[in-house]
Amino acid sequence: MRRAIVLALAAAPWLQAAAQAEDPVAAEFDKFRAVLEQDNPAELFEAKGEELWKKPRGPKNASLEKCDLGLGPGVVKGAYARMPRYFADVDRVMDAEARIVHCMIALQGYTYAELAKAPFSNANRTPDPVSIATYVAAQSAGLKLAAPQGHARERAAYAAGEELFFYRAGPYDFSCASCHGVDDKRIRTQPLPNFTKPAQAIRAVQGWPGYRMTGGVMHTLQWRMNDCFRQQRFPEPGYGSEMVSALLTYLTVNANGQAYRGPGIKR
Amino acid sequence: MQQTRRNVLRLGWSMGLLAAFGAALLKPGRALAAWNKGAFEAKTVAEGMKALGISGAEESKDIVIRAPDIAENGAVVPIDITSNIAGTTAISVFIEKNPFPYTGSFDFSQGAVPFVHLRAKVGESTPVRVVAAAGGRFYTAAKEVKVTIGGCGG
Amino acid sequence: MADPMKIRANLQGDVADVRVLMAHPMETGQRRDGAGKTVPLHFIQSISATLNGKPVFSADISQAISRNPVFAFKVKGARAGDTIAITWTDNKGETRTDQAVVRAGS
Repeated sequence: MRRAIVLALAAAPWLQAAAQAEDPVAAEFDKFRAVLEQDNPAELFEAKGEELWKKPRGPKNASLEKCDLGLGPGVVKGAYARMPRYFADVDRVMDAEARIVHCMIALQGYTYAELAKAPFSNANRTPDPVSIATYVAAQSAGLKLAAPQGHARERAAYAAGEELFFYRAGPYDFSCASCHGVDDKRIRTQPLPNFTKPAQAIRAVQGWPGYRMTGGVMHTLQWRMNDCFRQQRFPEPGYGSEMVSALLTYLTVNANGQAYRGPGIKR
Repeated sequence: MQQTRRNVLRLGWSMGLLAAFGAALLKPGRALAAWNKGAFEAKTVAEGMKALGISGAEESKDIVIRAPDIAENGAVVPIDITSNIAGTTAISVFIEKNPFPYTGSFDFSQGAVPFVHLRAKVGESTPVRVVAAAGGRFYTAAKEVKVTIGGCGG
Repeated sequence: MADPMKIRANLQGDVADVRVLMAHPMETGQRRDGAGKTVPLHFIQSISATLNGKPVFSADISQAISRNPVFAFKVKGARAGDTIAITWTDNKGETRTDQAVVRAGS
């Protein structure tokens, strides 16, 4: 017994070393990102998002406080960690931002056209759904991800997302998997996590919505998917579309069971 | 430029210049005098220090600068500065290779601990230099921060 | 009117650990916008903080401070329930003051 324990302990450092064959540069980045996340400008957008959630606005002059994010009208705490999910009232799977946009349309009278026109942040402007998504996400900070798969449509979304993840297209014949489907890939100093593996899939969703140091702007997963498509030289995905929700279902379900750390700071 | 900087650091401190710096700290209400345009528009550390009346700063291990060895993104580099030199009244920060190195001064003479956390834009790999004013003298230390082109995504 | 700051002040003994997030573009005057036009210099120049109305900390800064600045500083002689007020003024003369109550523990 004692020998077994001694052997086990002797083996452990080797296992440690293998697991942490991680780049020292990446480790340094992680360390200081933790410093930056301690006081994160994302909190400014979270505060703005909370204001937007509670304030009567739009043609219907209503607040978003009756918006059902999956846990009942107005329940924000824990909702982000349980998305994407199926919503019967629209008969489709929606991620958090798609659902917020839906609520802004249904409850406040905005139109999809006006919300989809310029949906991503730039130096001069942070669109309302981005701030609201930041607020909603912050109410799930630290909670375990639990994107549901109980409904047939949720399972179908996962399958579609998986297919999309491996779908090669565009002039470079890239798929998401080209960069994120294998271990130990890197672009310059950025390690590329393998999202097909649960332990690394968490890195797809944690920290988003995130305050991006490049440009000093707030971005969500809708933006991240759009920008990945751009980098793959794919056509632009529809803002809040079923396809993006499916891809986010695949990524989130792969990360299920792990704590959501967010909103975060991103490069 | 290197040589000029070393000469500035070697000069004995001048009471007149020190008085100017010190007096700037003694204005009632706001401890720092008006925003020092000459210092902020200086293109070298030496000119910036001169405009602030800093001279004869001696290297000190009691100024602790915590900053990443390699910054993930030069747009937001977190820097923690602590001066353990007794009687520190103010510190000034210079990001040496920035187009305008003088980045700011922080005053502790009215009841703050000689510590500050700030986040700065660092244009290229460079020493981050700190000068502390304490007991009528100047002290200095620097930490190298490397900046690289990072990557693509989140 | 600029967006509000977020201020946290937590007591560590008799020292208030103050953390402030400011909303400000901190434009260096070097950046070009989407149309290729140079965005003019627009940045916070000075910051001051008071404890129950008494000045305790001040700073002068340049446009090299990051967009949406974050600072932390420590104020001696603070007690739970004290008020920390922070003011910033930028190069256009715009100014903003926000305050927070010092909380016990961290």
